[in-house]
Amino acid sequence: MKYYDRLIFELSKKGRTAYTLPESGCPAESIPAGLQRAQAPGLPEVSEVDVARHYTNLSQMNFGVDTGFYPLGSCTMKYNPKINEEIAAMPAFQGLHPLQDESTVQGALEVYYEMDKALASITGMKHFTLNPCAGAHGELTGLMIMRSYHMHRGDLARTKVIVPDSAHGTNPASAAVCGLEIVEVKSGANGLVDVESLKPLLGPDIAGIMMTNPNTLGLFEKDIKEIAALVHECGGLLYYDGANMNPLLGMVRPGDMGFDIMHLNLHKTFSTPHGGGGPGSGPVGVAERLVEFLPVPRVEKLEDGSFHVVRNCETSAGQVSAFMGNFGVILRAYAYILMLGKQHIKMAGKLATLSANYIKECLKDAYKLPIESVCKHEFVFDGLIDDGSSTGKPGATTLDVAKRLLDYGFHAPTIYFPLLFHQALMIEPTETESKETLDLFIEVMHEIAREAAEDPDILHGAPHLTPISRPDETTAARNPILKFE
Amino acid sequence: MSKIEKGLLYSESHEWVKVEGNVAVIGVSDFAQAEMGDITYVDMPDEGDEVTKGEDFGALESVKASSELYSPVSGKVVEVNSELEDAPELINEDAYAAWIIKVEMSDTAELDELLDAAAYEAIAK
Repeated sequence: MKYYDRLIFELSKKGRTAYTLPESGCPAESIPAGLQRAQAPGLPEVSEVDVARHYTNLSQMNFGVDTGFYPLGSCTMKYNPKINEEIAAMPAFQGLHPLQDESTVQGALEVYYEMDKALASITGMKHFTLNPCAGAHGELTGLMIMRSYHMHRGDLARTKVIVPDSAHGTNPASAAVCGLEIVEVKSGANGLVDVESLKPLLGPDIAGIMMTNPNTLGLFEKDIKEIAALVHECGGLLYYDGANMNPLLGMVRPGDMGFDIMHLNLHKTFSTPHGGGGPGSGPVGVAERLVEFLPVPRVEKLEDGSFHVVRNCETSAGQVSAFMGNFGVILRAYAYILMLGKQHIKMAGKLATLSANYIKECLKDAYKLPIESVCKHEFVFDGLIDDGSSTGKPGATTLDVAKRLLDYGFHAPTIYFPLLFHQALMIEPTETESKETLDLFIEVMHEIAREAAEDPDILHGAPHLTPISRPDETTAARNPILKFE
Repeated sequence: MSKIEKGLLYSESHEWVKVEGNVAVIGVSDFAQAEMGDITYVDMPDEGDEVTKGEDFGALESVKASSELYSPVSGKVVEVNSELEDAPELINEDAYAAWIIKVEMSDTAELDELLDAAAYEAIAK
């Protein structure tokens, strides 16, 4: 890989331009003096070829799912099919403006309406709002709905949310932003929420519980029916974090497990770009009794078959994004759902699960598997079995393994999460990869384990082949430099 | 092997306490700083804030993780170590010299529930 780290400002040469702007139709005098710039903006002065080469070079410094295998646990980095892009690039969609009159955007509104129905059918919820712009935004929206529900009933004492110790960090963060207090419930030795530890936490102050199923260890919470019954009995609601929805597609529905509110990550489960590749989308679905608390605006179908945007609803939790979320992302995900259809969507989850179990079984002779069990779409190792410390050198850690993987052309897995293990290494292959790719990854992981056992220093110095080896993250965090010059 | 200073009291959540009369000087153990890695930020309470035994009074952030600080005693914060605002690395350099807060204890009997150096050694690994 050719190293390129120039800033566009460093390329700037005074007086160099690519385009001449047309004469302004707006005389400068017409702008009030107080609003005029004192000096010209400090824009880079570059030619067209400078710009083209600069951004092309930068784009080649990227690693993405179009470049190689990206086994980032809990992130479902599945391939983004190009047909999604084709649909989103259609001029009739691309040229839309959010303030257009309703009668001129009936097709787009139909996409909203049909997407709501499709997601409801996949998850077993009654209705979805497509407005939240990311997963954590969906969590906050869901918790606002939870709070609105309790407040609407005049039950103001429910200020606490239960979160398992294996939860995504965003769960307690979203609850805190929503003004709720967080209570942690411990996992048992099998990695699942311990029902006996949960029972004493339940009471009249509990607004609900946030759960991920399968959980962050990739394990299915098999007691979910009992947990749902207990939480409902105490008057709380169940929130489903949809980050791990992929293995369940077409197989099991959160609504049927007893969840009342959930979010989906279209940029994970539904194949839209993710991880610096594009904005996200975190639709939130609710059970029937919570529909009145969904955010506005919402799309409904009128008797004459036309679509109408509902902007006011007294019981709504409010408006959570400008206009109606990231429409371009929703459109891509809708294309993906239609492409797979009801018959094929369940293959995604099955293949993702098969791939994860295949890697896990092939590598457990070299990496510590803390919980021996069939996993869903992902699993967690707890570091190397032989870290090389018997050589007298410091042992190789999970961080070192992850860095060494970069030398072999793979993206690193998620590391040091979940927090249940010291050397967590979380692998999620998704259904995207062929058996050949999985076999190559397994071979490389074995090779890295052999290197660690023989000479852990090979790993300590990794990556050796990337343009930058290990950036000084500590100095960057302690003394960040956030602007040019 | 992390260092465990004799003569201090420890909590199971890896804070240490040095008792100076009615005041508890509180920091984190060498084991805790080693687990966290290079600390980049220390979130501290204000002087005059009340803290409660077992509840969080701040947090440590490192490149690797963010971890809450749990108060080993209850009482009122009488002093915070403002040096840590600009130099969080002091905790990495010497976790027992870099105290975080001083608390005027409301119930010194709470100290009985803390661990001595020998008992802490058993869990700090």
